[in-house]
Amino acid sequence: MKLLKYFSLLAIALLFSCSSDDDNVLPISETENLTLVKNFENNHHTLSVYTQNGMFQLGYNKIYFQIKEGDQFIDNAQVSWKPMMHMMNMSHSCPYSTINRTLNTETLYEGYIVFQMPGNDMEHWELTFDYTVNGEEFTVSETITVPPSTKKRVNVFMGSDDVRYIVALIEPSDPKVALNDMTAGVFKMNNMMHFPVVDNYTLKIDPRMPSMGNHSSPNNVHLTQGAQNLYHGKLSLTMTGYWKINLQLLNAQDEVLKGEEITDTNEASSIYFEIEF
Amino acid sequence: MVPEVPSGNFKKTGMMKKVQILIMLLISLTILHAQEVTQDSIVHKLSKVIVVGSTANKHHNENKSLATIEDYLSASSSVDFIKRGAYAWEPMVQGMATERSVVTIDGMRIYGACTDKMDPITSYVEISNLSKATINTGQQGAENGATIAGGIDLERRKTGFRNNGWKGSVQTGLESVNEQKIAGAALQYSSNTFFSDVDVMYRSAENYSAGGGEEVLFSQFTKYNVSAITGYKWNDRQWLEASVIFDEARDVGYPALPMDVSLARAFIGSMEYFTLPESEKLSEWKTKLYYNTITHIMDDTQRPDVPIRMDMPGWSKTVGMYSKLKGTHNKHRWNFSVNAHYNNSLAEMTMFPENPEENDMFMLTWPDVGTLYAGVFAEDNYVITEKLTANFSIGFGMHQNSINDIFGLQSLQIFYPEMADTKTRFLINSGSRLTYQNNFWTHIVGVGYGERAPSVSEGYGFYLFNSFDAFDYIGNPEMVNEKSMEINASTGFKNKNISLKFNTAFYHISDYIIGKPNPDLSPMNIGINGVKVYEQLPYAQLWSNDISVSYEFLNGFTAKAKAIYRLGRDHNNENLPLIQPLTVETGLRYRKNLFYVEALLETASKQYDFSPEFGENQTPAYTIFNLALSQTFYINKQKMVLKAGAENLFDENYSTYADWNNISRPGRNVYANVVYVF
Repeated sequence: MKLLKYFSLLAIALLFSCSSDDDNVLPISETENLTLVKNFENNHHTLSVYTQNGMFQLGYNKIYFQIKEGDQFIDNAQVSWKPMMHMMNMSHSCPYSTINRTLNTETLYEGYIVFQMPGNDMEHWELTFDYTVNGEEFTVSETITVPPSTKKRVNVFMGSDDVRYIVALIEPSDPKVALNDMTAGVFKMNNMMHFPVVDNYTLKIDPRMPSMGNHSSPNNVHLTQGAQNLYHGKLSLTMTGYWKINLQLLNAQDEVLKGEEITDTNEASSIYFEIEF
Repeated sequence: MVPEVPSGNFKKTGMMKKVQILIMLLISLTILHAQEVTQDSIVHKLSKVIVVGSTANKHHNENKSLATIEDYLSASSSVDFIKRGAYAWEPMVQGMATERSVVTIDGMRIYGACTDKMDPITSYVEISNLSKATINTGQQGAENGATIAGGIDLERRKTGFRNNGWKGSVQTGLESVNEQKIAGAALQYSSNTFFSDVDVMYRSAENYSAGGGEEVLFSQFTKYNVSAITGYKWNDRQWLEASVIFDEARDVGYPALPMDVSLARAFIGSMEYFTLPESEKLSEWKTKLYYNTITHIMDDTQRPDVPIRMDMPGWSKTVGMYSKLKGTHNKHRWNFSVNAHYNNSLAEMTMFPENPEENDMFMLTWPDVGTLYAGVFAEDNYVITEKLTANFSIGFGMHQNSINDIFGLQSLQIFYPEMADTKTRFLINSGSRLTYQNNFWTHIVGVGYGERAPSVSEGYGFYLFNSFDAFDYIGNPEMVNEKSMEINASTGFKNKNISLKFNTAFYHISDYIIGKPNPDLSPMNIGINGVKVYEQLPYAQLWSNDISVSYEFLNGFTAKAKAIYRLGRDHNNENLPLIQPLTVETGLRYRKNLFYVEALLETASKQYDFSPEFGENQTPAYTIFNLALSQTFYINKQKMVLKAGAENLFDENYSTYADWNNISRPGRNVYANVVYVF
């Protein structure tokens, strides 16, 4: 009996000694589910830019990056960025967020950019980071590739109020046969450089399958403004395949700015997203 | 991208739980204490028994020995069939379709694997597998599971421990209307301690011709069936039987539907242990374990013109057990049984867009639904006086549905966001009746109360297309049990020449499950009327009546007649779908020695009560005339039965109320069957 007691004490001791409190999370694990798009380098630092799939795409992009000085991660930089499209005879920017440190990480910064047009041989996107480390200012800039996409994820249009809008699909990024959470960004173009989020609009959705006689799905919830000033709703997809999410943008007074209702005679709206899975 | 879906394999953890429950039930049976017995009473057999193919049967009392199982069952006034073509008709008991009845093979539960009810249980057996079918209506049919309409138990044919040595038979048949070729063979061996029966059956048919000669496209089928049953007895009181049925149909057309079946395959296996208890109180105790698996491949590859190509395969697997004990005690004759089964039903649909660049469209139409049922059933016959017998039965069951696949659960949560993956319900079935027998007369009155759970399609179906009303159907997992109150009466008279029987039964079914259109939903199938969602009416009522008479005269003549009339109404007094109009059959038979000839006239009135909401229109009246001849020869100990006849002799073009989409029934069919027994 005594022997048993000793053994159990020993076992407990062993157990405790085995469990170490390892607080030093290896930074590499923070980019484990991300793929490197490009390293931005100047004489002092390397900015490693990541996205989920390792590329920039037309429309909404969630972007993560780390700043490194040699082997040392810099976690206290003040960073701003500016995406810029250099066209033949003009330049413009696009909707983009401010930059924040990613919550619960040691090294990551994050933000989003909505590229409303692809680059090509003559026209290209350039991304510039301006940042301050310990009171010292730095900048780094690179040309980036934004290829055309096969599925429509962003709409650029003139609303009936003569304002140019950009509507970008954010979620679902991994659509399911289910009632999916849907998120979109709705921005307007104040000028070539300034594309703020619009407030209190409504983005109506009507998902359809053109290959199935324009079959629709039930219990969709139109998108209204919520967290992060983005627009949130519910998108139900009853099967896999190609879906056209027909859109209508309404202002705060519920006036339709763009997009048409789907009826027996009107099969599609002029603004829409495409999802295929 | 087509998501990965388990191909119908049982989940290990769920399976373990189910096995545990089965074992617990077995144990609970063994601790059952029997009561004292002194007197054996004669129990009036109330079931309608249809003899299918027992070798012991001296009278070749069917006009067509190689008829289908559906033809045999149709002889019962309680059973009729919904026909979607020439093959795999769906049985209706007392005018109610398969959700409301329990069809078993030797007490085994089997679930069809087709979302469109194209493979009822009866389609996976052959007449050569069976000796008889027992049809119990209403709550008298609740022994093998919760039911509203009743039950059909198809009993396996077996020689038993007869010491007959080797026996065999070969049979063949031809039918003109669809060039059907039938061939079969059976071999039996029996001794006092061992028996074995093996049989094979093959049928192959081309498209049939409707009355007037019009070919009904996509009505072909080919089917073969192999079955074996064997028993070993190690002492007078104990023996073991093992049984397998393998049934495979290929290239089955369903002219009333937009799709056909390239493969319908069933494997049905069981082991059964019999004991004759030494106690005089107990007369028989049998315990069975069974397993069956069904694969059903539905597609439209043969159809020339469809809005979109689709494949709709389905799988169903069931494992189950029962243990049934019979005994007597004073004036009581009782039986008690426990039964449990677990079924897994999975069906999917893949549609192929015209644009080959587009991804296939995929959904789960049965989202990997598990159904666990465990129940007890007890019945007692009590002889009150010599003429008066009372019968009580009660059954209690636990019924649990679970969705095993997250893809399927999320699909249904589109409609029911709060839906849980498991739903458990309890079902009660109870019946009682009083029988009064006096010389030639038998009078019976009975009452019953029964409950049933929604079927897999009713609870969990996802965009199931019904070509009758051209609606997509969505299941409703939130429905409560359907409940039936039933009252029935029957009167029979039988003497040497005359027999007469009248049955009537009235069912008041509350929370009646039926699909109702939801105009807010967009249909999935192209160009159809809309979407119906299963819901529950406050109540519906069904009234089922049949009368049959037969009269023997002039030494060899038998005149017989039978009439059936049913009525079904919902709470708004609107007609329920698929209710039989007045149907009358009259026949005259002449028998001399081993020869007989029979003429039969089948008539149905115009269908006055039909349901336009369900897509029904008025079925016109029709009359058809059948003629059958039979001759038996004996050569030494060998026997040959020759049967020939003509169905629908005058080639009438007609369809019945139960013909899906009014598809025409076969025209004139001349047939010949030969059975040679050695």
